[in-house]
Amino acid sequence: MAKKLKYALYTGCTARESTPELLQSTLAVAEKLGIELEMLDEASCCGASHLQDFDDHLSLVLNTRNLCYAEKKDLPMVTLCNTCQLNSSMTKHRIDENKELRERVNNDLRQVGLEYKGVSDVKHFLYAIVEDFGLDNLKNKIIKPLKNFNIAPFYGCHNIRPSEIQGHNNGHENPYVPNSLDRLIEVCGGKSVDYDEKNKCCGFHVDLQSPETANKLSGNALLGATDANADFMVTPCPLCHLNLDVKQHKIGETMGREINMPVLHMPQIVGLALGIPAEKLGLNHHVVKAVYFE
Amino acid sequence: MSQDQIASKKVLFKAFRFNADKDILPYYEEYKLIVTQEDVVLDVLNKIKWEHSGSFSYRRSCRHGICGSCAIKVNGKAVLACKERMFDLIETFGTELILDPLNKSRAIKDLIIDKKDFWDKYSSVQPFLIANVDKNPAKENIISQKVADKLLEADYCIQCGACYYSCPAVEVNPEYLGPAALAKAYRFNGDVRDEAKLDRLDTVNEMGSGIWNCVKCFECTQVCPKEVNPMDKITQLHLQTFAEGVADNNVATRHAVGFKHSIEKHGLLDESGLVFYSEGIFGMPQHIPEAINMLKNGKIPMPWSLPKSKNLAEIKKLVKISSTAKF
Ligand code: SF4
Ligand code: SF4
Ligand code: FES
Repeated sequence: MAKKLKYALYTGCTARESTPELLQSTLAVAEKLGIELEMLDEASCCGASHLQDFDDHLSLVLNTRNLCYAEKKDLPMVTLCNTCQLNSSMTKHRIDENKELRERVNNDLRQVGLEYKGVSDVKHFLYAIVEDFGLDNLKNKIIKPLKNFNIAPFYGCHNIRPSEIQGHNNGHENPYVPNSLDRLIEVCGGKSVDYDEKNKCCGFHVDLQSPETANKLSGNALLGATDANADFMVTPCPLCHLNLDVKQHKIGETMGREINMPVLHMPQIVGLALGIPAEKLGLNHHVVKAVYFE
Repeated sequence: MSQDQIASKKVLFKAFRFNADKDILPYYEEYKLIVTQEDVVLDVLNKIKWEHSGSFSYRRSCRHGICGSCAIKVNGKAVLACKERMFDLIETFGTELILDPLNKSRAIKDLIIDKKDFWDKYSSVQPFLIANVDKNPAKENIISQKVADKLLEADYCIQCGACYYSCPAVEVNPEYLGPAALAKAYRFNGDVRDEAKLDRLDTVNEMGSGIWNCVKCFECTQVCPKEVNPMDKITQLHLQTFAEGVADNNVATRHAVGFKHSIEKHGLLDESGLVFYSEGIFGMPQHIPEAINMLKNGKIPMPWSLPKSKNLAEIKKLVKISSTAKF
C-alpha cells in the first residue's frame, strides 16, 4: 500500500444512536490501520428505503446532497450501514445514468449552493478494508488472532443485492456465494462457518408492521448459525444487528427455541484481532454479551 | 468449430426425485455428465431424461426464454433452465450441482411443482387491462413511447415464478402476494389506458398481504431472468398510494412519512421518536422490553444529546423545496 487511504465517513443514523459501538469500533480500527476518516457531519439520514416509498424526489435530493459533501472534500464516501450504502449508491446510479433526473436534482441543490458532479464513489467500510486496504496487508497486522472461534458471517441484503448497483463497490461479490466476510474472518484467525442463511434477509424493514415476518427471518438466521456451531455471528450492517441482537429474546419466543447468540459488528472482530481492548470496541453495548471477550 | 474444440467439464448432478403418487419422501439421484461451454441448464435436463432416466420430469416449452415454464433451482438459485448457461453456474457453484424444483414442498413430480399459490395471487390483482374500449375504433389507439416507458419494463414478465419462489417474505408469510403479482399490478397501474388503478391499489395496500409486507431484500430483482425488477415496481406502488391519496393511516405508512419529519427536524433520524410517531401511544407497550434493554446498554441517546446534522437550516430548506408528496 503506497498511498494512505482516506475517506469521507457517512455514519448514518444508527451508528450514532442505537449502535454507538459500531461507530466507536470503526474509528478505533481505522486509527489502528492508519485509514483516515473525515466525518461528514453535514449529512442527513438516507431515508432507509422508507422515505423512498413516500417521496422519491426528496429522497434523491437528500442523498445527492450527502454525496455533494463528500465531493467537496474530494474524497470517496465510506458507509457503515448496508441500507445507507444501498440508498447512496442507488441514488448515484440513478442520477449518473439519467441526465434529465440529475438536472432536476441539481436544480434544487443549486438553491442551497450545492451541485452534484459525480466524482466521489461510495463503498461500505467492509469493502474499504477487504478491497482497498487489502486482506494481505491486514494479515500482517493481526496480533491476537481469533483462534478456535467458529464465526458465522451474516452479510445483509443491501451490500450484496442488487449486484448491478453494488457490484463495482463490493469487488463484484456474487450475491449467491458472497465470500468477503468469510475471508475477513479467516484473516482475523477465526473459522468461518457455512450456513444457509448467511446471505439472506433479517426482515428489519417490516419490523414495525409485520414483526412476525421479521422475527422468523432473523430467527432462521440465528438458528442456522447456532446449529452450524457458531460461537458468534458477525455482520457489517447495524440494522441487521438491531434485529439479531436487541430482539433476540423475542425472536426466540417466536421460534420456540431459546437462542443465545452474540452478534458482533464487522469492525469489532477486526479490532479484537488487531489487539484493541474490548471496551474500546464497545462490546459492552450489546444486549447478548460476547462473554468470551469480557 | 469442431466438437473437440468446445470446452467441456465433468459435473456431478444431484437431481431431486419425487413422485407424489408413489413416494412418501423425495430423494436425490446422481448423474455424472460432461457439460460443454454451449450447454444451458435445459440441455442437461434433457440429457438426463433422454440418456439416463426416461421418467425424469420437468416443464419446458418454448426453449426461448418466453413461455416461463422451465424455471428451477440450481444450488438454491432460481434460474430459467433454457437461458442459464451451465458454465456460468459452474463458475459460481463449482462442479457439484443440485437440481431442485422451485419449491420442494410443492413438488408433484421431480422438478414439476404445483404453482397454484402463484397463480391465485397473480389473478387477485386483476392482471389485465380494464378500460372502456371502443369496439369498432376508426383508427388505431396509439400510445407514445414516453407513455409506454412509464411501464418500466414491468410488461416483460413471463410469469416464471423465479422471483416468487425466492421471496423470503412469501416463505414466512404465505398471505403475502409476492413480487410477481405486485409487479403485474404495477404493469397495469402504470398504463395510461387502464381505469382500475384505485381498485388495484386497494388490493395491494392490504396490510398482511400487500406492499407493506415486502422486506426489501432485492432477491426478486436479483433473480429475475427478464430484468423486471419487481422490488422497484413495489416501490412504485408505494408511491402511487401516496400520490393518489389512498394510503391508509397505519404504522407502516406513518413510518415512511415519519422519516421526512425526523429529517426536517434533526437531519438525522430520531429513532425512538420515529417508533413513537409510527406506532402511536397504544402501540408502544410492545416495544418496552426492548427499549429497557436498549437503555440499559446505552443504545438510546437522551433527548438532549440527540445528534443533529450540521447545516440543518440547509436541510430544512431542501425539504421545503424538494418535497413532492403529501400525507
Ligand atoms: S424485495 Fe420484497 S418482493 Fe422482492 S423478494 Fe424481497 S421481500 Fe420478496
Ligand atoms: S418478475 Fe421476473 S422472475 Fe418474477 S415471474 Fe416475472 S419474469 Fe419471472
Ligand atoms: S422453456 Fe420457455 S422459458 Fe424456458
